[in-house]
Amino acid sequence: MSVVELARPVETPRATPKGPRRRVTAWHRWLSPLALLVIWQIASATGLLPERLLAAPATIASTAVELTQAGTLPTAIGVSLQRVLIGFLVGGAAGILLALAAGLSRAGENAVDPIMQALRALPFFGLIPLFILWFGIGEEPKILLVALAVSFPLYLNTFSGIRGVDGKLAEVAKTLKLSRGQLIRHIVLPGALPQTLVGLRQALGVAWLALIVAEQVNATTGLGYMINDAREFLRTDVIVVGLLVYSALGLATDAIVRLLERRALAWRRGFLA
Amino acid sequence: MATRLSGVARAFGDRVVLDSLDLELRDGEFTALLGRSGSGKSTLLRALAGLDDEVTGAIDVTDSVAVAFQEPRLVPWKRLLANITLGLDAPADKAKAALAEVGLAERSDAWPLTLSGGEAQRASLARALVREPELLLLDEPFSALDALTRITIHQLVLELWARHRPAVLLVTHDVDEALLLADRVLVLDEGRIAHDISITAERPRHREDPALVTLRNTLLAALGVSPEGRS
Repeated sequence: MSVVELARPVETPRATPKGPRRRVTAWHRWLSPLALLVIWQIASATGLLPERLLAAPATIASTAVELTQAGTLPTAIGVSLQRVLIGFLVGGAAGILLALAAGLSRAGENAVDPIMQALRALPFFGLIPLFILWFGIGEEPKILLVALAVSFPLYLNTFSGIRGVDGKLAEVAKTLKLSRGQLIRHIVLPGALPQTLVGLRQALGVAWLALIVAEQVNATTGLGYMINDAREFLRTDVIVVGLLVYSALGLATDAIVRLLERRALAWRRGFLA
Repeated sequence: MATRLSGVARAFGDRVVLDSLDLELRDGEFTALLGRSGSGKSTLLRALAGLDDEVTGAIDVTDSVAVAFQEPRLVPWKRLLANITLGLDAPADKAKAALAEVGLAERSDAWPLTLSGGEAQRASLARALVREPELLLLDEPFSALDALTRITIHQLVLELWARHRPAVLLVTHDVDEALLLADRVLVLDEGRIAHDISITAERPRHREDPALVTLRNTLLAALGVSPEGRS
């Protein structure tokens, strides 16, 4: 009997409509995280997991509400967002401009690329002591650390994007008698864009990482300060809220880039579909 | 202005591909360039298109040259209409007319990657012709198309040529294609034009036309292929 069933595999699985099956699968994916939350809550409630190590999920949720109502959390988020934004803009502009300089001419490549490759090898978190000596403990070292972290992925990706533009299209540009400016505007830059967007996503990831590290150093405002301050008072609930906000902000900025990608790379969709 | 080449030479390392080649292409004439694989057909075309900086000799060619390559080479991030007008100051309706001429009026907003091979190749022809070239260079533009599409595009190219009358240089390895389309067939061998044959048969032509059958055998022999198979 079983041999006959195996011989007719088409009838069984395909009979189930796709939609409901998918929804069931999606629902299944929530089960294990939920179970983990429940176990965590029970462990906290029974004293198995002491609050000075990790607060209970329910406590964390109510702390998040309290911090929001008191204005502490929104202010901290505002300060941290501002640091990331300014650092990102400064570093992004620097990375892309350097990539254009290096990508569009051999002389530019010889001038810029060796320096960038050498600097890239530096562990940039190791620069914090120097940054503190140079810029003190105010906003500048934090913003600059973010800027530095952001500039490398954007530089590297944009540079390789420019160099990776199809030489056959450059020939077309020549036969269509495009000027150098037109070649850059119509062929080189749009051709490099997909790779630049990859760099943008990497840059945003590393921007938040740099911010977290920078905010551990002598911050008096921002999410990092809120977390450090909470450590002094063993407030593990506040620490977890801070971490969750970091990851939510990271996911949100990533979603923005993905939206940007979908708009800017619409020409690829037909090819991906 | 006719196109004149004299003493044109090009070598890749030790391999001489073009060897003091002389050639004149007359205005409005449809010329096909045949040759064995590696005989330098495409090298010659690239020299005429100004894509080869290392070719030597006198190349006297009009500024008004357009090229359609083997792959359509549309710019994938520009919609069809923007591909046609790329690098031109021409108004959009002229480009739309060019698209209509190749039967793509409806697709002017399409992304190139959504086109079929035949559509993309027609768009590539429109992009070349909208520039109203005096010399149109075709680098095996039909070789990647399926047989049925190729027949319709052959017709289209003849129509467009009859209407716009550029001088055409078609590089191909397909003897039948050359016989169906061209006024004049050149065979490139050992870096020079080894044969220069005029075809006076009326268009539309048929493969079975006895005059063409004779020419086909001549050309195949010139290319070193025996039409009856190896003897």
